[in-house]
This record gives sequence, structure tokens and C-alpha cells, in this order.
Amino acid sequence: MDIKSLEDRFNEKIDKDIRIEPKDWMPENYRKTLIRQISQHAHSEIVGMLPEANWISRAPSLRRKAAALAKVQDEAGHGLYLYSACETLGVERDDLLKDLHSGKAKYSSIFNYPTLTWADMGAIGWLVDGAAIMNQVPLCRASYGPYARAMVRVCKEESFHQRQGFEIMLTLCKGSEEQKKMAQDALNRWWWPSLMMFGPTDEASTHTEQSMRWGIKRFTNDELRQKFVDATKPQADLLGISIPDEDLKWNEERGHYDFGEINWEEFFNVIKGNGPCNKQRIDARKNAYDNGAWVRDAAAAYAEKKSKVKQEAA
Amino acid sequence: MKNWPLWEIFIRSKAGLNHKHVGSLHAADEEMAIQNARDVYTRRNEGVSIWVVKSEFIVASDPDDSDPLYEPAKDKVYRHPTFYELPDEVKHM
Ligand SMILES: [Fe+2]
Ligand SMILES: [Fe+2]
Repeated sequence: MDIKSLEDRFNEKIDKDIRIEPKDWMPENYRKTLIRQISQHAHSEIVGMLPEANWISRAPSLRRKAAALAKVQDEAGHGLYLYSACETLGVERDDLLKDLHSGKAKYSSIFNYPTLTWADMGAIGWLVDGAAIMNQVPLCRASYGPYARAMVRVCKEESFHQRQGFEIMLTLCKGSEEQKKMAQDALNRWWWPSLMMFGPTDEASTHTEQSMRWGIKRFTNDELRQKFVDATKPQADLLGISIPDEDLKWNEERGHYDFGEINWEEFFNVIKGNGPCNKQRIDARKNAYDNGAWVRDAAAAYAEKKSKVKQEAA
Repeated sequence: MKNWPLWEIFIRSKAGLNHKHVGSLHAADEEMAIQNARDVYTRRNEGVSIWVVKSEFIVASDPDDSDPLYEPAKDKVYRHPTFYELPDEVKHM
């Protein structure tokens, strides 16, 4: 079949909402864009374990500690589902990791901020996982089968992450004056970076139109950001803490909250590698990889030896 | 070092049901594949039994062949019970 008719058939499937599977023909650019998007997402899950890992041993109770452990373990799982989905597009896991370590591949800018107090565990679960859910739920219908299926599993597990975070915030807000202050301080520091998680404005984001056409993005960045603000404002009210934005106001006419201008300079700066924790995060990943090399080698050597013994016995 | 081989994971979610493909993962050998599958795919009681198969051993049909492969089944309505007309008086058949 010639390229033109292959392309027609691909587009027809996309239009009819029929999933594209690994062995199906796909445009080279679709494959490349997916590899970038899925690996970036996988890296975010893995790097996202780091800010919270810091607090596992410092959790205020066994209940909180068990939840934090379970959440961080889930994020590792999410990374694995996504790396596997990405590999169905013909890339090797090791190459994906190399790109993360060299800085060639990006991950969500939010994880370059430090977790200074226990309240940050609450704010992250509530806001960061909340924003991630906003982003991810529509991707359960992504046009690429393995990606969509991975997202279904991820989304099922995410809702506990957000709820445990909100519960932490609620407990602090019902606690002493000092605890409530801690919760407010965490909200102050995580609010704007959370809004940045949705990416540049629609005007500034170059790939949106093509990605929407391909069904690997279902809503624009600004649409998702608005949804997030609309959903989160009433939750902050319930907690009794205030979102650090003077321009945040209900707009009767639009039926949405208006909100202030995001500091895009900060966003692009963090993406470029100049956030407070970029270096620390990548170093942690590289160290984990390098220090684990002997385990991988030993396991591979053991597997080889075992299969030899088996062969000789046969 | 080369990547550990890739394994396809199949999980039986409840006794009496069939194993279903849930995804894939890397592991050095079959034992580790089962342990990793336990950690990655059954953290919330999703399974009572796990199968692991090296991905290289999976043989798949070619999506380009789907027309000739499945076409023959399409016009055989007489393979379905609803094709046969019975009077209403006949119950439970
Ligand atoms: Fe996650
Ligand atoms: Fe999460």
C-alpha cells in the first residue's frame, strides 16, 4: 500500500476513535511525538517520587507513613506502565533513561521545587496530584492503545493520592494556629507551580493543534488549567485557607473563576534547569542508576548461569 | 549492559476467570518477572495468579491481514441462534 492510502487509513481510524496499536502503520511524526510525550510523562512519575520520599521517614504517624510509602510506590508503578507503553513504539528503556540523565528529556517542572515542611505532603497530594488527574483523565481516551490503557491504570490509582493529600491539609487546618499557618504556607508555595503544570498558554504552545488532531491531547492547556482552578477554589474555601492570587474572582458571565497572570519567566527558567532542585533531582536519579548497576549486572549474570545449567541438564 | 528482557504479564483476577494481558515489564529471569509483576500489577488485590511470557515468544497476527483473516466469519449469520425462527410457544430454547 502506498503512503497516501496508509495515511488515509490512519486518519480514518483517528476520526472514528479506533485505537492505534503498536503494529499498525503510523506517521513517523505521530510516533516521535508519542515517544516524547509518554517518556516525559514516565520521567515525571519517577522524578516525582523524590520530593515526597524525603518525608517518608519523617511522617507524623504510622498511618501517614504507610500512605506516603504506598503513594510513592504507586508513582514508581506509573513510571513503569508508561515506560512499557513507550517501548512499544520501538525505543529501549535504557535510551530513555540516558536522555533523562543527560537533560535531553524533560519532566514536569513542578518536581524541581523543594518540600520544606510536612504540609507540603498535603499540598502535593491535593494540588499536584489533583492537577495530574485533570491532565490524565482525558488521556484514558488517547488514540494510542498502550498509552490509553496505561492511563486507565494510573487514573484508578491517583484518586487515593489526592484524597490522602487533602486529608493531610484538612487535619492541619483543623489543628493549632501554627499547623494552619503551615498549611497556608504550603498552599502559597505550591499554588502557582501547580498552575504551571498545565504547560504554556494555548497561544504559546506550538504542538497543541496537531496533538489534538491526533487524539493524544483532548483538551488545551488553558482549558485544563481553568477546570483545575474552578475545582480547587471551593476546596480551599472548605479548608479555610486562601489561594495566593488577588485576581482570583468568580466571573458570573463566563461561569468560571478569573485568575491572575502566571509568571512564565519562572516557568521557562525552571524548565531550562534553573529551578531550586533541578540538579539535586537529576543527581539523585543518576546515583540511583549508577549505584544499582551491580545489581542489574549480577541479576543478568545469575539468569544466564541458570539458563546454561538448565540447557546442560536437558 | 543490555536491557533485561521484556516480559508480557497475564493476570487471573479471580478464581474461575481466564488470565488477561495487563502489560509488560523488564526482568532478568522468570522468577524476577513474577515478583515484579506482583509488585507492579497486583498492589490492590488485582490477581490470584500470574503468567509471565517472554515478549519475544508472542506471535501476533499482522494487522494488515485482518481483512482476509476475519472476513469469512462476517456473512455467516446462521452461526447465531437468532437466525432460526421458532414460534413463541417454544419456551427456553
Ligand atoms: Fe502518578
Ligand atoms: Fe500520584
